[in-house]
Amino acid sequence: MIFLRLFWEFFKVGLFAVGGGLATLPFLYEIAAKTAWFDPAAIIDMIAVSESTPGPIGVNMATYTGFTIHGILGGLTATFGLVCPSVIICILVRMFIQKFKDSQNVQNIFAGLRPASMALITAAGIGVVTSCLVFPKLLLQGDISNGFHIKGMIFAVLLFVLMRKFKKHPVIYIALSAVVGIIIGF
Amino acid sequence: MNKKLELFVTFAKIGAVCFGGGYAMLPLLEREIVNNKKWATQEEILDYYAIGQCTPGVIAINVSTFVGHSQAGVLGAVVATAGMVFVPTIIILLIASLLTNFADNIYVQRAFSGIQVCVCVLILDAVSKLWSKSIKNRFGLTIFAVVLILALFTDISTGFFVVAAGIAGFLFGKFSKKEAEK
Repeated sequence: MIFLRLFWEFFKVGLFAVGGGLATLPFLYEIAAKTAWFDPAAIIDMIAVSESTPGPIGVNMATYTGFTIHGILGGLTATFGLVCPSVIICILVRMFIQKFKDSQNVQNIFAGLRPASMALITAAGIGVVTSCLVFPKLLLQGDISNGFHIKGMIFAVLLFVLMRKFKKHPVIYIALSAVVGIIIGF
Repeated sequence: MNKKLELFVTFAKIGAVCFGGGYAMLPLLEREIVNNKKWATQEEILDYYAIGQCTPGVIAINVSTFVGHSQAGVLGAVVATAGMVFVPTIIILLIASLLTNFADNIYVQRAFSGIQVCVCVLILDAVSKLWSKSIKNRFGLTIFAVVLILALFTDISTGFFVVAAGIAGFLFGKFSKKEAEK
């Protein structure tokens, strides 16, 4: 039964991929190697589509892979399989935390978790910056002129000023950036 | 509006415009969940992210489940998560079935190059806003600096950082309380 198998394979991905969407990648290569459901080379395309469309990257990858294997129902089954373990585990974790949230020990743990969480978010932000605005590898080679994406950086500063000044919904800035991207390209 | 429907619609709106993965979702959550709906505080969102890092699965899903569960129990968690994946799933299915060379299209690539710049700014803007909520003392600053440097320059798994930071917080709390008692 292909759907049960699909569900199970992606349930395992959801269960073992800890730390965000791209952590699902090695598991997808494994599925490709084990089942021959799709060509591992197709994974590159899946990443490109998953990153350039809205939604969590891990979910998008599961939907795309599932579709490649067995059409629309395959896509839905894979997505459902991927999401299931997270939902179950997070509900249990939250019930547990609720029970002990007034404990001083739990509060101490969170005092350590919050700065770590901030650091990981900042690291992710820097990761995006070094993939589109500043290129440390080129800078280290002494290539200053190509190491900074000047056009992109000017636009980034402009966006930041607009965000701070008008405090509009993020969607406005995303849409604006897409339009500016189409017109001048980065 | 019915609470569960409200959860579904709110998360569907976030999912529909969440480019760049779970981290880029932070400013959207701040706007919709913290400011508009008041379903969580900024601190709670940071906690959810921290826990989302060390529990399995996609971070965006973990955060939706947490917020949904806090508002309407198990069913709330399920509808919030369903809302989160609703639009992205439809878009991917459409692209996968109709636009096979979507990602190669020059306009898509250019639009995405612009969106990427925006995602950088959105994440850094969210970080600067959350700074005072999460870094409250020298201990917090130390954890932040150590984790940031290790996350940038090593391949250590993110789950490990979260567990280690939790233990550090636990020990620091114990230790400083003992100091105060002396």
